[in-house]
Amino acid sequence: MDRQKLEMRPDAAAEWPDAIYEALKANGITQVALVPDAGHSRLIKRCLADNEMTVVTLTTEEEGVALLCGAWLGGVKGVLLMQSSGVGNCVNMLSLSHIHRTPLPMIVTMRGDFAEFNPAQIPMGQATPAVLEAMGTIVHRADRPEDVAATVDATLRLAFNTFRPAATLLGQRLIGAKTFGKD
Amino acid sequence: MAEYPNRRDVVRALLEDRGELLVIAGLGASAWDITAIGDTPRNLPLWGGMGGAAMMGLGLALAQPSAKVLVITGDGEMLMALGAMATIAVQKPQNLSIVVLDNEHYSETGNQETATRHGVDLAAMARGAGLAGARTLTTLEQVPALRAEIHAGTGTVFAVTKIAPGNLPLVLPPRDGAILQARFREALLGPAAHHQL
Repeated sequence: MDRQKLEMRPDAAAEWPDAIYEALKANGITQVALVPDAGHSRLIKRCLADNEMTVVTLTTEEEGVALLCGAWLGGVKGVLLMQSSGVGNCVNMLSLSHIHRTPLPMIVTMRGDFAEFNPAQIPMGQATPAVLEAMGTIVHRADRPEDVAATVDATLRLAFNTFRPAATLLGQRLIGAKTFGKD
Repeated sequence: MAEYPNRRDVVRALLEDRGELLVIAGLGASAWDITAIGDTPRNLPLWGGMGGAAMMGLGLALAQPSAKVLVITGDGEMLMALGAMATIAVQKPQNLSIVVLDNEHYSETGNQETATRHGVDLAAMARGAGLAGARTLTTLEQVPALRAEIHAGTGTVFAVTKIAPGNLPLVLPPRDGAILQARFREALLGPAAHHQL
């Protein structure tokens, strides 16, 4: 059963989700748009517990692109949290970030990546960097816990300092271990 | 049955004495409509991102709770964002209004029928999502009360206004989205908007 990992979730002791939260705080992020992913569960809890953050749970990830374009219109900085499958749902809406020059940071938990179990995750997971780059997104990737904080911070800075979509992909090797239903 | 009102008459009535109202228009005819009534930095007419207008309004309304935000869009654009009804209803900002100009057609692409032509009721769907006061208007005389509601800030307001089909003369806003966004932010946030870090 240990070889059949349906959902990937960080080990409870892993501290890199907290490092992402700290990077969001340090960069003044107050609007958090998301479609939940197990890999983001600890970060989502931190954001929900933060009274300075407005968390908007989306029905599909492209809503988040439009939401953050609206937030920036109002002078508020946001971030989009999603799984790699959600990147496919964002493609055309990413046009808005380009044509308006809206900062659009995304933090993407990878599936269809390192040691994937589910065949259905492979096509979009493998296409994720190419799809983002095809839409002009600067893509960084973190596969080791010690790289997460700096990579996310760089993505946020690139997005807001240079007015464009930018993404950090959190590799499946990083997200790791636990199996669905065991905790 | 009397003919439904002209879309620009509806938009003119909605935007009468608009004051500080912030307006986002969905791509296509809705964007031309708000521009025909009067181009201003407080308008954000969309040139793309079909299905994004209502969500952009939500992001803005949450960012600026003391401002009033009106999204004007078409039935085709709203049909692409039915999930957004749920997302918006959960947040339910009081300062957000969404008005769907419903001519039951994709007017920009050759007047093909939309689902509303076949009985799909956007106001009923919005009520189902949790936007309790959502309703459908069919006459110009009903618009001033809707306008008052938009300015009252006791939303979230969701209304469908049936309008006559057919294309009106194009009145195009600036085509550079960077200008549209920058002028909007400056009008709302002041010159400091351009130095935001």
